Amino acid sequence: MDLLNALVALTNFVIIPATAYGAQLALGALGVTLIYGILRFSNFAHGDTMAFGAMVTILATWWLQGMGVSLGPLPTALLALPIGIVVTALLLLGTDRVIYSFYREQKAKPVVLVIVSMGVMFMMNGLVRFIIGPDDQRFDDGARFIINARDFREMTGLDEGLVFRTSQGLTIVTAVIVCALLFWFLNHTRTGKSMRAYSDNEDLALLSGINPERVVAITWIIVAALATVAGVLYGLDKTFKPFTYFQLLLPIFASAIVGGLGSPLGAIVGGFVIAFSEVTVTYAWKKVITYLWPGDWAPDGLVQLLSTDYKFAVSFVILVIVLLFRPTGIFKGKAV
Amino acid sequence: MTPNMRAILLFALVFGLIILSGFERSWNVALGIVNMGLISAIMALGVNMQWGYAGLFNIGVMGFVALGGLAAVLVGMPPVAEAWAAGGLGLLAGLALGAATIAAAIMTWKRMAKGRTRALAVAAILVVGFFVFRAVFDPAVGAVEAVNPAATGYLGGLGLPILVAWPVGGLLAAGAAWAIGKTALGLRSDYLAIATLGIAEIIIAVLKNEDWLGRGVKNVIGLPRPVPYEVDLQNSDAFVARMSAWGIDPVAASSITVKLAYAGLFVVVLAILLWLSQKALNSPWGRMMRAIRDNEVAAEAMGKDVTRRHLQIFILGSAVCGIAGAMMTTLDGQLTPGTYQPLRFTFLVWVMVIVGGSGNNFGAVLGGFLVWYLWVEVEPRGRELMEFVTSGMADGSWLKAHLLASAAHMRLFIMGLILVLVLRFSPRGLIPEG
Repeated sequence: MDLLNALVALTNFVIIPATAYGAQLALGALGVTLIYGILRFSNFAHGDTMAFGAMVTILATWWLQGMGVSLGPLPTALLALPIGIVVTALLLLGTDRVIYSFYREQKAKPVVLVIVSMGVMFMMNGLVRFIIGPDDQRFDDGARFIINARDFREMTGLDEGLVFRTSQGLTIVTAVIVCALLFWFLNHTRTGKSMRAYSDNEDLALLSGINPERVVAITWIIVAALATVAGVLYGLDKTFKPFTYFQLLLPIFASAIVGGLGSPLGAIVGGFVIAFSEVTVTYAWKKVITYLWPGDWAPDGLVQLLSTDYKFAVSFVILVIVLLFRPTGIFKGKAV
Repeated sequence: MTPNMRAILLFALVFGLIILSGFERSWNVALGIVNMGLISAIMALGVNMQWGYAGLFNIGVMGFVALGGLAAVLVGMPPVAEAWAAGGLGLLAGLALGAATIAAAIMTWKRMAKGRTRALAVAAILVVGFFVFRAVFDPAVGAVEAVNPAATGYLGGLGLPILVAWPVGGLLAAGAAWAIGKTALGLRSDYLAIATLGIAEIIIAVLKNEDWLGRGVKNVIGLPRPVPYEVDLQNSDAFVARMSAWGIDPVAASSITVKLAYAGLFVVVLAILLWLSQKALNSPWGRMMRAIRDNEVAAEAMGKDVTRRHLQIFILGSAVCGIAGAMMTTLDGQLTPGTYQPLRFTFLVWVMVIVGGSGNNFGAVLGGFLVWYLWVEVEPRGRELMEFVTSGMADGSWLKAHLLASAAHMRLFIMGLILVLVLRFSPRGLIPEG
């Protein structure tokens, strides 16, 4: 029995990756949930918005790298992030003006807006592929590791190595900062309060003189920032490929729904619930069990509950369970 | 202009466009568009049943289409006797155990009194059942996949005529739809959407990874065909003599004959389904469905069982998509799970339904043909456009190369643009519901 090694293996393969992935999902789900709360529809174009934001940031990163700018150990993409956010915000505001606002004035049913967002999803997807192509793009630079396996082993004398990549650390730190800013904004500023009021009760909010167009515009800007940050962090941590972002739609929506659509806190909790279940169910537990088992026994198989190819199934099953037993999500969401 | 005239004109226009591409490129291309157009029209019919009649938001079309494709393999391919001997029984036993576990869990949930004991009992049944299932199932899978993995490595099919696979594909899809509908219907529309999106991804993941079932990403190729092979036609003296007498090159004629034969089969299926759909839509049942769609509360007050009717139409529509999926795999002659993509098989079908006119069967069929034609046609046109745009640029400039290389991705953008434009300016589609 070797508790310390087991703990290190668990941290290395489950806790750190799941926390980073959970943070990315939470940021994505926050965007979905904000749109649902304020604009009252499920935005299927969100995955591709993330891809677009990440793409602009990548292009800006390459430009900065070409000029010789660098952040030392941190990836240059951080410097390019504001550019990505601004361009994405402009795109979303433009889409809203040209496409969504028409249906808002008509007071169209939410499902019509969902179908419209499907059209926008196609267009954004096409746009991203047109500009940057459908292939993998690498744009990370700077130091790759905060802790690498060998240093950790030498430092602690344990058999098991611990890897903590810069992108993972960055993801977690950024997510915390972004969430703190968002909650401060929603709870303590006048605009944020007006957004919450609009989300809770549109009629009362309008009566008390809140300008709906302003609320909507600010929502899109915040969503652009969240989507770009989430997309860039995911791209830094894993890889940038337009199609993967489209596939992220399912876990992101699962997170938002599990937490309760319309509830920002729920989106964060949902993101971590989904990420931790995905990683624990698809992790091969053989190593940890071998360390923990008294004596010299090791399991025959990998002790993997499900192969990683079925990770979608995990988010799906959790989604279904939550919907069946608590249809409005963990934190009471809203229903249009 | 009466609505009927409008529909006839629109159909004439679309077929005129397809014939035009026949003159401009080749009849092979045009017939290819017609064949896939027929299949797309059937998929659109299925989605139209769910969305147009009943207002159900299903974005898992790809999953049902893929299940139809699986049916083509399970029915059409010859059985692999060796694999059956190696692990067939174990596989079946494992699957039965899995199903029994789920059934036992549901029974326990329904029978026991509410409380912590019940939750624990259900959890225990599921956990124990899962490990028993894996213990029986995994070795059998290993045994089956070890049988000549380069050529088979799967159980094979039943070796029946491939046409049998079409209704079977519908049945498979219907079964899956029943399971999904039982859990997810009755939830809000966005939830149903996400649930169907998820199930489609899972079905594709199963097809990709369960090699014993359909060889996974190793693909099943050489499915039997319901029509003659081109080579056989070219070797048939009677065929060559007749084509030569008509003054047509026998090689080109053989591939056109094969495509025409497929088209004939597809037209029969489409005609039957369209006739049935029209009958259903104009029956009391169809009116009830539309009443439920337009006002669920009122329909419920009239004593209609909304959830049951939703389940019914969800199953029917998915079955139609399954049939189309089996037909498509038959046409391709191979099952390639890696090629199923939601944009192509779910969302494009949605574009067809919306553009054609949701709630109108002829609209869905028209949308199927038109959007498929555009899907095929936009790519070469996009390239021509890009060549025109870049003609003034210097050869070898990176922008020119990039624009030319990216032209292929234009079509997603165009499809989205068409969808958004139709929703904005003609939200009821080209042939609106009557």
